[in-house]
Amino acid sequence: MNFVYERLLGGKKGMLGLIILAVLIFIILPLTLDMFRLSMVGKYLTYAFAAVSLVLLWGYGGILSLGQGIFFGIGGYCMAMFLKLEASDPESTKIQSTPGIPDFMDWNQITELPWFWIPFESFGFTVLAVITIPAIFAFIIGFSMFKRRVGGVYFAIITQVIAVILTVLIVGQQGYIGGINGITDLKTLNGWDIREDSAKYTLYFINAVLLFAVLFIGKFILTSKFGRLLLAMKDKEDRVRFSGYDVANFKIFIFCVSAVIAAIGGAMFTLQVGFMSPSFVGIVPSIEMVIFAAVGGRMSLIGVVYGTLAVNFGKTIFSETFPEIWLFLMGGLFIAVVMFFPNGIAGVWNKYGDPQLDRLLDSKLLSSLKTAISKNKTSPVEDNK
Amino acid sequence: MGEYTVQELTSIFAMQGFAGISLFSVLLLMALGLAIIFGQMGVINMAHGEFMAVGAYTTYLLSVISETYFPGFLQYYFLFAIIASFVIAGILGYLTEFILIRHLYKRPLDTLLATWGLSLIMQQTFRSIFGAREVSPTLPDWLMGSYQPTEEIYIPINGMFVLGLTALVTIGVYILMYRSNWGLAVRATTQNRVMSGAVGINTKKTDRLTFALGCGIAGIAGAAFTTIASTGPTLGTLYIVDTFMVVVFGGAASLFGTIASAFTIAQAQSILEFFISGSMAKVYTLLTLVIILMFRPEGLFSIKVRK
Amino acid sequence: MSSNTDFALAIEDLTVSFDGFKAVDNLSLYVDKNELRVVIGPNGAGKTTLLDLICGKTRSTSGSIKFKNKELSTLSEHQIVHAGVGRKFQTPSIYENLSVYDNLEVSYPKGRNVFGALTFKRTPEVDARINEVANDIFLGDFLEMEAALLSHGQKQWLEIGMLLIQDPELLMLDEPVAGMSVKERELTAELLNRISKGRSVLVIEHDMEFVARIAHKVTVLHQGKILAEGNMETVQNNPDVIEVYLGH
Repeated sequence: MNFVYERLLGGKKGMLGLIILAVLIFIILPLTLDMFRLSMVGKYLTYAFAAVSLVLLWGYGGILSLGQGIFFGIGGYCMAMFLKLEASDPESTKIQSTPGIPDFMDWNQITELPWFWIPFESFGFTVLAVITIPAIFAFIIGFSMFKRRVGGVYFAIITQVIAVILTVLIVGQQGYIGGINGITDLKTLNGWDIREDSAKYTLYFINAVLLFAVLFIGKFILTSKFGRLLLAMKDKEDRVRFSGYDVANFKIFIFCVSAVIAAIGGAMFTLQVGFMSPSFVGIVPSIEMVIFAAVGGRMSLIGVVYGTLAVNFGKTIFSETFPEIWLFLMGGLFIAVVMFFPNGIAGVWNKYGDPQLDRLLDSKLLSSLKTAISKNKTSPVEDNK
Repeated sequence: MGEYTVQELTSIFAMQGFAGISLFSVLLLMALGLAIIFGQMGVINMAHGEFMAVGAYTTYLLSVISETYFPGFLQYYFLFAIIASFVIAGILGYLTEFILIRHLYKRPLDTLLATWGLSLIMQQTFRSIFGAREVSPTLPDWLMGSYQPTEEIYIPINGMFVLGLTALVTIGVYILMYRSNWGLAVRATTQNRVMSGAVGINTKKTDRLTFALGCGIAGIAGAAFTTIASTGPTLGTLYIVDTFMVVVFGGAASLFGTIASAFTIAQAQSILEFFISGSMAKVYTLLTLVIILMFRPEGLFSIKVRK
Repeated sequence: MSSNTDFALAIEDLTVSFDGFKAVDNLSLYVDKNELRVVIGPNGAGKTTLLDLICGKTRSTSGSIKFKNKELSTLSEHQIVHAGVGRKFQTPSIYENLSVYDNLEVSYPKGRNVFGALTFKRTPEVDARINEVANDIFLGDFLEMEAALLSHGQKQWLEIGMLLIQDPELLMLDEPVAGMSVKERELTAELLNRISKGRSVLVIEHDMEFVARIAHKVTVLHQGKILAEGNMETVQNNPDVIEVYLGH
């Protein structure tokens, strides 16, 4: 129990933060928003997976990946391939010259399902692929870079180039993977129509539960010795190495974990939004994910969820009303966060909101409750946050 | 490739080679600027492409002005446009360093994010001023046409002009960085900031001018770019990744490496483009670079140093 | 020269060259078990490079480094640590943003691989060991303090503690008393004498008074080669040494 309370929930304050976020996502937003806005939030929360992955990788590990869109995209495309195959049964595609294959293949004179599509007829394989393909891909990239001690700026640039390669590849291969339009017209998941409102509600809650699961995994990693080693590596990589750790393995692992987390977000994106396209893979979405993390606070798992919601709501509101101003605002926000609020919303909260909360807790809570809580005073591990 | 004769192949290589030379020139000019900023100062300037666009738009603006008010000047404005592009991009770079970059020297990954923000702002500024459509300056007659040494080979004059310009700038950078006192100050500052300050180098001023120079050269790249294609607000984003690859692949601090790397990348891409689609040519080129860099992360030309 | 020896550390014909410049030149050096050896020499003599070579930070051009008859020069850095070699850097290398306790815990030699680190538990045994080492290095009262707030001397001690917690059989210290007050130097000398029992210690130091207080044997390096070796007195009276080093 102590393990759950102290580490996964993060003691008194950590638990409070999680409860507030849970109330917001599970109760307030579903009750107050109409279906259109709620599925928008659902979409934003899939980006939050990528932002959370960047807290682990960039905030704690100090490894900036400008290619999280790669993994978001792989997850999304895996799911989209499965759904597309289901939507392309011979009955509904009988007007094509080759029925039973996705429409874009037919348009591009492809007459047979390419070999790499075949396994995606199985839902089990698809779920497995969403998790393992990004992990394997991240392992290959991570292994070849971190074992050779390529890090920092070079890693950022190389991941960005890989994102470019993947985008150009997808755009160029219209017949095999849908090209610039992406994979669209997704309809059912094992016969369950994902376009209906009830399905959208269900998917919203599945997505939210998965996000919390990911938050707990993140907390578990960051509060373990592994988390402290990440901070130590960010500070003095050589010291960690000469304390007997194979630094590269730790980096590869956290890169793989972050890739899988981003990919789960991508798969949930496809399910909720109903399509996947290269515009969620390349440089711009990848850097936007970094913005979400930076604005929310790169050191705070919960903060980046708020950061993702805030930036995306801002984007939606401004690009609906003043599209010209949005890019100015976005650019300015980025510069301001980097220069004045390096720890983002979470940092501002820790500095101003948190002391107020302490006072509130001290004054209002019953003294009996206080003594009960003080028995479980936060461990030194938690003080680092 | 089976259906081509040897002679045809030679011509294709020559023609595509010359087409590659325009790309090479622009990439090299961009990379020279970035090599100074990234290689020497360690600043990751994601807005470098936008400084190139500043140069391109400056050229366009001058062409419109001379077309409207001084038609007689239209034959010569381009030379002034090159200088103006350099100066304006340089001044903007100087201001950027002063307002933004100098606060972030100790946080290289954060300069990346801040300059990305800057690039968004600059792109929107271009869109607000010049519109979303691509524009092209009216080029003077002497830049048009082509030279035809054999029946199958056309060499465009604008390509030759840009190549000459690039050579001139490269030599200028070499002299400035490796043969002048100022270049010595720049290199000293990047190697040991504290010590350079102690021996009387004004390191802050050096940083500012170095950054301005890098941006100014990107401006020249923009002016050169207008002779081969049209300019849109997102011009910079098309070139920034390739430019970073040129600099990293060449070995960040090596001038010769940068030239060789720009040449290799531009030629590979442009010759491949003839045989496969443009997008796949880019995929193969970039993929090859990434794989090579995985085996040789320090780039092609780098010096072994005692840590 | 692959003969086995009784030495804890046996370096033979070791050379490293940087673009032709030989920072360590055909050097042979033997350190006994339980010995505290001090390496001295003018700047650029190759002292730090020697430690870099032993701990794997720099790769040798030729020659062998054997620790308990195990060749180190082909192992990676963490394998060398696992073999029982610990190294303190010239400028204190500690994790500034972690507490003293966390600094020591991160260095605790359990949970050294990815899954070990994820499942590592702070058992009473771990806690006791951290407290023990903290007391050894005079930081028992500072366990909760953020390491960045320690004085320069305390940072040096903390780094020594981070090595001690791993109980290495060869401890290499690069200028352990640099930046320390007189009082701190005394404490450090006492600490080194205490911890050299049961292990070999290799120290690089400039402070001659301090060297005299701790050294069993002194090796003088000059231009990557050994100039003299022996007890403090012999070395101090060696005319070559006086010429290049002590004479200045």
